[in-house]
Amino acid sequence: MATTTATTATKYWSGGKSPFNVEYGKLMMWYFLMSDAFTFGAFLISYGTTRFATNGWPNPNHVFNSFPGIQGNLPLLFVSLMTFILILSSVTMVLAVHEGHNMNKSGVAKYLILTILGGLAFLGCQALEWTHLHHEGAWWGRNPFPNADGSTSTTNFANFFFTITGFHGFHVFSGVIINIIMLIMTLKDKFEQRGHYLMIEKAGLYWHFVDLVWVFVFTCFYLI
Amino acid sequence: MEQITTAAIHHDKNVGGGRKEIFRVTIILSVLTIIELALGFSMYYITNVLTIHFIKGVIIILMLAKAFYIVGYFMHLKHELKNMIMTIVVPLLLFVWFILAFLTDGSSFNNLKNRYDGYYKEHMSQPMQKKEETKEEPEKKGTAD
Repeated sequence: MATTTATTATKYWSGGKSPFNVEYGKLMMWYFLMSDAFTFGAFLISYGTTRFATNGWPNPNHVFNSFPGIQGNLPLLFVSLMTFILILSSVTMVLAVHEGHNMNKSGVAKYLILTILGGLAFLGCQALEWTHLHHEGAWWGRNPFPNADGSTSTTNFANFFFTITGFHGFHVFSGVIINIIMLIMTLKDKFEQRGHYLMIEKAGLYWHFVDLVWVFVFTCFYLI
Repeated sequence: MEQITTAAIHHDKNVGGGRKEIFRVTIILSVLTIIELALGFSMYYITNVLTIHFIKGVIIILMLAKAFYIVGYFMHLKHELKNMIMTIVVPLLLFVWFILAFLTDGSSFNNLKNRYDGYYKEHMSQPMQKKEETKEEPEKKGTAD
């Protein structure tokens, strides 16, 4: 058995070992995330198709131009804050996974708490932004923002914005719940008893995926 | 049995660069985001359509670079076996076809509407009245309705 693997090229597909060399649950998490990527991809592509099938579109610099608590025209400032919150919470999640490799329980707990706080901060920002846009008169089926050239816009701008950022926000919410469960399991020594922190890695994959989707959503709605 | 295989995978895992790599990727992602935001903001002042299309193209390339760093380093895919990378990346190549096909279809539909639907073209080119231009200042705070 061992002699075949010691030869020049490792034969991953000839049996006896995992061709992917990842744990079952982690592989399945990857496949779930791939299917979720297709769901988000379908949403974003339908947004793109509708946008290509429409004359003109509102300029995000004119739509997203306010910051809670500060008066004045501040394009993209608030969404910059949201983006950095999510990137930093992704970094603390990587650090939690890293501490898990070192079997450092208190490190995992510390970074998981920071990740959860980041997720909650992002959700709070999104709630503020939705409330603000609702005040401006935007909602599903209602769009007060004219096209970039001042011509009549369609309600699809608001429809897609609220549907897709809402779906992403729901993913952030589930990610926060998953991370809270991971934190409880960590504090109850579940992973110490198992001898590994692989579950943190799976939660981490989900959390990074949420950050990854935000990279696309943020670019498609706020920048281009 | 289950415990043994899990432990074996855990031990011979290629962990990657550790904290140093995490720090480096964080810096790269932050810099890319700042460049993206600066480019997005620059379109506030630019009116030339070709320049805007060029900037949007650059932003999309930066977005793909960010996606690469998140998937490759944070999600650790770059340090996995090639078999593992291929089983995830190859199906996602379908997106290339989806995007090309659907966006082309959308733009063709728009051309047909503009050519044959007089009402659509007329209606869409009307200037839109801004409803609450003056109401905006006092209602700035995002508090509950």
